Parts: sequence; C-alpha cells; structure tokens
Amino acid sequence: MAIEGADIVKAAAFLGAGISMGIGAIGPGVGEGMAAAKACEAIGKNPKEAGLLTRTMLVGQAVSESTGIYSLVIALLLLFVV
Amino acid sequence: MAYDIQTWIKVAAFTGGGMAMGFGAIGAAIGEGFTAASANEAIGRNPKLSGDIFKSMLVGQAIAESASIFALVIAMMLLFTKFSAHTLTPFVLISAGLCMGFGAIGSGVGSGFPAGAACKGMARQPEVTGRLTTNMLIGSAVCQTPAIFALVVSFILLFTDFSVRPVSPTWAAILGAGISSGLGAIGSGLGGGLVAEASCDGVARQPLTVTPVTNVMLLGQAVTQTTAIYALLVSFILMFKSFPATDLLAPPMALLSAGLCMGIGAIGPAIGEGFAGRSAVAWIARNKEHIADLTRLMLVGQAVAESTGIYSLVIALVLIFVV
Repeated sequence: MAIEGADIVKAAAFLGAGISMGIGAIGPGVGEGMAAAKACEAIGKNPKEAGLLTRTMLVGQAVSESTGIYSLVIALLLLFVV
Repeated sequence: MAYDIQTWIKVAAFTGGGMAMGFGAIGAAIGEGFTAASANEAIGRNPKLSGDIFKSMLVGQAIAESASIFALVIAMMLLFTKFSAHTLTPFVLISAGLCMGFGAIGSGVGSGFPAGAACKGMARQPEVTGRLTTNMLIGSAVCQTPAIFALVVSFILLFTDFSVRPVSPTWAAILGAGISSGLGAIGSGLGGGLVAEASCDGVARQPLTVTPVTNVMLLGQAVTQTTAIYALLVSFILMFKSFPATDLLAPPMALLSAGLCMGIGAIGPAIGEGFAGRSAVAWIARNKEHIADLTRLMLVGQAVAESTGIYSLVIALVLIFVV
C-alpha cells in the first residue's frame, strides 16, 4: 500500500496528541499531590487555619495544573485544528 | 528478505517474554529490599522481637513478590505456548509481555512500603503486632490490584481470537491495550503503597486511632486506584471494539496513541494522590479530632490531582471514538 503524505502527517498529529497529554499529565499530578500532602500536614499541626490552608492549596494546585491544561490544549489542537 | 509468520511469532514471543520478566522484576525487588531494610532497622532497635519482625518481613515480601510471579507466569506462557499462525499474533505477544512487565513495577514497589512500616512499627509498639499485620495485609492487597488488572489484560490478549478482525488497525489496538493497562498500573501501585505505609506507621504511633486510620487509608487507596481503572477501561475498549478495516496509517496511530496517552497519563495523578493520602493518614493518626477537616482536604487535593488523569482519559476516548 502506498502511504500518502497527508496520511503520515495525520498519523503523526494523533501520536503527538497522545504523547503530549500522556506525558504532560505526569508532572501536574505529582506536584498537586505534594501540595495536598503539605496542606494536610499543615492542617494537622494548625487546624484553626483550615480555611486559609485550603485556599492556599487550591491556588497553588491551580498554578501547577496549568501545564496539564497546556498539554490538553496542544493535544486538542493537534487532533482538531492543525 | 521475507520471513514466514512462524519466525515472527517466535521473535515476538521471546522478545515479549524477556520484557515481561525483565520489567516485571524491577518493582518487587525494590519493594522487598525496602522491607528488608526496615526490618533490619527494626530488629536493631528491638532485638527481642526479632522473631515477629522476621515473620512479618517474609509475609510482606511474599505479597510484593506476587506481582513478579504474575510476570513470570506470562513470560513462561510466551516461551512455551504454541500460538496460532496469524499476522496479528506477534503484536498480541509483544503487547501481553509489555503489559505484564510494566504492570508489575508499581505494585511490587508499593507493597514493600506497608510491610516495611509494619516491621518498624512492631519494634516501637510490640503490643499492636496483630493489628499492624492486618493493616499491612489489607494495604498490600489493594496495592496488588493494578498488577492483577495487567494480568487480566495480558490473559485476555493471549486468549482472544483476533483472526477475524482486519489486520490494520487491529494491530495498533492490541498494542495500545497492553501499553495502557501496563503503564497505567505503575502509579496506582506506588500511590496505594504510600497510603498504606502511613497507616501502618500511624497505628504503631497511636494504636487508639486504628479505626479512623484504616478507614481513611482505604478511602485514599481507592482514589489512587481510579487512574488504573481508567487505563483498564481504555484497554477493554481497544480490545473488544471492532474497528473498520483501513489502508491508511492515521487510524491505527490514533488507537496506539490512545493507549499511550492513558497509560502514561495515569502514572502522575496516582502518585500525587498517594502523597496526599499518605500525609492525611499520618496526620489523622496524630490529630484524630480533626479527621473531618483532614479527610475533606485530602479528597479535594486528590480530586485536583486527578484532573490531569481525566484529561488523558478524555483525549484517549476522543482518539478512539471521534477522530
């Protein structure tokens, strides 16, 4: 069978989308877990500040999440736009 | 130079068998080494209890070993079974070997953590030995589930008749299914082990907190297992859905990519959820009155960590069903 250029490009885009989202999900997952772990520790030591700690944890995780969202955006761009 | 199909089947079976046992040997050995190191530390601290500690070290190591034994079984099957001569068979053999090899890593390492913590806990609080053994066994058993998922997928791959399916894109679906469950098992095995380690440690420090510690341990471990279940789901879809025949390269690449995406994407969130669960369980043991706050925060933190795993699932499903 003859493989055409457009087909190879599409195949590479699909593969790239999967790799982008797959590998891109590792870092945020681990990092957000570390943030949650330290927040739990802090509440254990100082339970009165639970509200403040939860807020800080969520903001920190949201920032850490951003690279995961970049991966998602790149994956969707590869799948549907380029 | 063209070889006949029997040659390729042999090549794939031997390569797959080697990878299954090679990768599969990594995790259990590390986990058991960790357990033995902790047992030595514990006996050094409290030599009078060496009998109990030695026994629980061996029990813990036996559980960690089971993941490796699954890999050994798959490797032996690949080496000595006679497989049907079909163009897809070599892909099945490679995929089954990769799946079980990767799938044994996380569970082997993870099961070593609670066993090590139980050994150290016995040296510290000899009177809770029985309860520590129970927690160690429950925690390690949950750690083994991702390896069992990988074993199930390997067996289904080996025993499903793919000869009625079109060669392309089924070859990619087969490879994707093995990679998804195999890689997806790494994080959940490790993460579950971290949570169980904290529970054994916590019971030894504060024996009165055993009930809340065990409950939250199970909750935390359940959350770490979710990404392995997503990976299993993607594997099942790839194995059981029949895809239309195609001459193009893009459709098979989409299926392979779906497996890679879900498999790799499941690793990070599960490890992160394991960190969160470990810390929550450790602090519930020290500060039982605030169990509600700690459990809530653990679940919120884990939910955020889970999000990238869910993105991976979404991209994998889009790759399978939409494009």
